[in-house]
Amino acid sequence: MISLYAFMGALEQGFAFGLMVLGVYLTFRVLDFPDLTVDGSLPLGAAVSAVAITNGYHPAIAMSMAVGAGFIAGAVTGILNTKFKILHLLASILTMISLYSINIRIMGRPNMTLLGQDTLIDQFMEFTGLAPYISTPILFAIVSIIALAALIWFLKTSFGLAVLATGDNPKMITSLGVNRDMIIIFGVGLSNAMVALSGALVAQNQGSADVNMGIGTIIAGLASVIIGETIFSTRSVTAAMISAVLGSVLYRVAIALALGMRIGDFAFTPSDLNLVTAVLVIAALVSPQIKANVLGRRLRSNA
Amino acid sequence: MKKILLFMVLIFMVVVPVIHSAQSYTVSITQIVEHPALDSMRKGFQERLKEADVNVQYNVHIAQGNQATNTQIASQIKGENPDLILAITTPSSQAVAQKIKDIPIIFTGVTDPVAAGLVKSLMNPGNNITGMTDMSPIRRQVELIREFMPEIKSLGTIYNAGESNSVVLIKILKEVCAEFGIKVEEASIANSSGVYQAAKSLVGKCEAIYIPVDNTVVSGLEAAIKVCRQNKLPIFSADTDSVKRGTIAALAVDYYRMGLQSADMAVRILSGNAKPASMPVESLQNLQLFINPSAAEKMGIAIPKQVMSRADEIVK
Repeated sequence: MISLYAFMGALEQGFAFGLMVLGVYLTFRVLDFPDLTVDGSLPLGAAVSAVAITNGYHPAIAMSMAVGAGFIAGAVTGILNTKFKILHLLASILTMISLYSINIRIMGRPNMTLLGQDTLIDQFMEFTGLAPYISTPILFAIVSIIALAALIWFLKTSFGLAVLATGDNPKMITSLGVNRDMIIIFGVGLSNAMVALSGALVAQNQGSADVNMGIGTIIAGLASVIIGETIFSTRSVTAAMISAVLGSVLYRVAIALALGMRIGDFAFTPSDLNLVTAVLVIAALVSPQIKANVLGRRLRSNA
Repeated sequence: MKKILLFMVLIFMVVVPVIHSAQSYTVSITQIVEHPALDSMRKGFQERLKEADVNVQYNVHIAQGNQATNTQIASQIKGENPDLILAITTPSSQAVAQKIKDIPIIFTGVTDPVAAGLVKSLMNPGNNITGMTDMSPIRRQVELIREFMPEIKSLGTIYNAGESNSVVLIKILKEVCAEFGIKVEEASIANSSGVYQAAKSLVGKCEAIYIPVDNTVVSGLEAAIKVCRQNKLPIFSADTDSVKRGTIAALAVDYYRMGLQSADMAVRILSGNAKPASMPVESLQNLQLFINPSAAEKMGIAIPKQVMSRADEIVK
């Protein structure tokens, strides 16, 4: 039903996009800031890293340039929202559509190939001597775990705690004398820095940076966050963030299953894929309610 | 005589099973999105293999425009371990080229395979991948427009700056037009709802409009045709389907035939007669001329007799 390659492919995609999902989690759940910048900052990270790699920079340096670019993009959204009082959704849409043009400027064309370039994936493969379908998911898992650990550490610092409190109770945080605007700008910046890093990994994995690769990022991000929350425990922030990354992996595994699914004579046609994705997300969204209802009924009948 | 007969029988025993045997192949197809031109390449490919009596099982994957899914499809295909891969469009080809180095890949519908990093050069692809470029015959298309309008000095064009194929085409268009002393007026759009505005912006700036093979513009083509009718501005296209929708004429690549020709490449690989590394990238020489007389009349332009006489299809 699902081959080893397809499964490993789902893992590597899950981890590569896991960073993006962490970014979405940070804005959507922690800062309570619905941020559509991601559809633009994912290809931004891809574009910046692709140009740097093509110009001979080490992939690791190329990726840190992507992180910087992503941070700036997010910070712009934050500034538009806090300093110019533009509604968060609109502010992020404005940054997103500007990034479309900017990304084409950065690459000088809409699609930049990485085939034949020395990417981080190639270097890691050479270093470990493993086949690409094994080494790539391992590499992406390592990068995700490092980012996850860094983010967990950050959120435990006093500044991080202020970020956490900003989404929960903006009034309290202001009364404590914390500059809320600064936190929003920094938080949205940090989120998009991770999204851009994700874009850099994704581009190396798909063989090119493409200005249209960001389409649907936010949907995949939200779906992964919700799947993670539904299936795993999210009692603490740390657990919630780990769940977000695992949600991303599960989301990709589910798509791999849908791509290879055949039940008797029935097979999903390629055009069903969007519907399958939507049903998946709806199921994840609805299942906690169903769980609560069933549980509630059981409690009532016990009483 | 006996020896010859024996020899012939032997030949039959060896050759016939190779051609007609129940040997069945698996071919995995990856395509970025469903779209009439892309679908007809796929159909052409499958029809020709059927005609050639090659027994093939297909795994067809379409990414619905989503590049993340596109990459996953590449992993999926690696797991299917087919005898051959058909990759339709640039992003689909790049994803399988990145993931799969040990299975022959035929690409089709790729405008510039060298810039896309798929092949080292058109003559010597070098790896496990080769195929067909659908590079528009822009020079011949501009020549066609000049047959209609010998004195033309300015040509407008609408394209999506985010489609890498279109950007390549516009660059060539400018080079070709410069040779003929024609100035190119560009209007770029980001989505198909921008076509109307873009067409309007060209009114008064150019003597005719040329629509390249651009997915975004072609999906919103009716808006441009409307503007051109209102302003008696001739509009030409680079694909034949658009002529049926109301452009005056097109000299174009036929995508179905392109599918047929890529299947011929596939047969050579499957039969073991050729390896992708040394098979030059092919293009379709056989172009089709479509003409729409009623569109020409609405836009106030006459169709030259010599053009009319060599049309492959005259749209009613």
